[in-house]
Amino acid sequence: MNYRVLSLLAVLLVWLPMAFAAEPGYPLDAPAPDGRRVGGTLTQELPAPPIAEDENKDLKRERNYPEQPPTIPHSIRGYGIDMNSNKCLTCHSRANSARTQAPMISITHYMDRDGQALAAVSPRRYFCNQCHVPQKDVKPLVNNSFKNIDQVLQDEINRQPKP
Amino acid sequence: MKSLLALLKDYWSVLRRPSVHYSLGFLTLGGFIAGVIFWGGFNTALEATNTEKFCTSCHEMRDNVFVELQETIHYTNRSGVRATCPDCHVPHEWTHKIARKMQASKEVWGKLFGTISTRDKFLGMRRELAEHEWARLKANDSRECRNCHNFEFMDFTRQGKRAANMHSTSLASGQATCIDCHKGIAHKLPDMSGVKGW
Repeated sequence: MNYRVLSLLAVLLVWLPMAFAAEPGYPLDAPAPDGRRVGGTLTQELPAPPIAEDENKDLKRERNYPEQPPTIPHSIRGYGIDMNSNKCLTCHSRANSARTQAPMISITHYMDRDGQALAAVSPRRYFCNQCHVPQKDVKPLVNNSFKNIDQVLQDEINRQPKP
Repeated sequence: MKSLLALLKDYWSVLRRPSVHYSLGFLTLGGFIAGVIFWGGFNTALEATNTEKFCTSCHEMRDNVFVELQETIHYTNRSGVRATCPDCHVPHEWTHKIARKMQASKEVWGKLFGTISTRDKFLGMRRELAEHEWARLKANDSRECRNCHNFEFMDFTRQGKRAANMHSTSLASGQATCIDCHKGIAHKLPDMSGVKGW
């Protein structure tokens, strides 16, 4: 009895590693999902696509919904935002916007979280590019079916049976 | 005082006395050659202290301002032109260069006594040091910028709308000079509270 258990164990010890070493039922080097970088396989490293330039047309873009932070219509290379200075505010602050004709940052940026007015930009609004970002003229990596509210309402009207 | 005067008088009489041992030819030629060697050596030393390598041989420059420069367009860009430290911080014309070099003796003093020998000391003095450079560039109408960026050669159609707008008005009329808007173009800025336009 004891001998049979031992021999079974021995067989298992030999067989198990062999079973795992065999080819799995799927290809290891599967083709990569065609997402951001089309083509290639999982183990291949394709060269990164070139970095696109920031769009620099100085034309305001449409917002997709009223609360959307407006995107930056110009390049911001080298603009520093830190404890010492904020390059964005040299044009967009209340005091400077008249001189530069840049849009003044909205009144909400001069409020604390309870809606109380402040003399200067609220610290929680200080880091502009937490919400506002420049855009690049590239094809979207992932498609989406976002519709703005006007389209949604129009679709609703169209769906109603005509009298 | 009297003995000093006497000493000076002695020297003067030696200088005035015609040479006894050396010929006029030797003295003029020797003087000429010595002059060439002196002038060449002087200029070589001057140029040697006018390089990126020399500036960044001190940790004060290498670890603070040079690191910041490396992120900017004046260090690396599409066309491979680099503005090194002296291009902006030392005038290119001789007289102005010598004047700046003499001022720089204060920097040797600072190096010897460790005025900005640590990061904290440097950050503490950053506003003052930056103000020196702003004042210098404001006073000389941003001459070091204009060594490369000539207003006459600017093509406004190739500039961004905002840039063209500013350059064709304030800069063109001489109301503003480069440094008025382009502070911190190559280095991080100090605390800017109270600086005009910031």
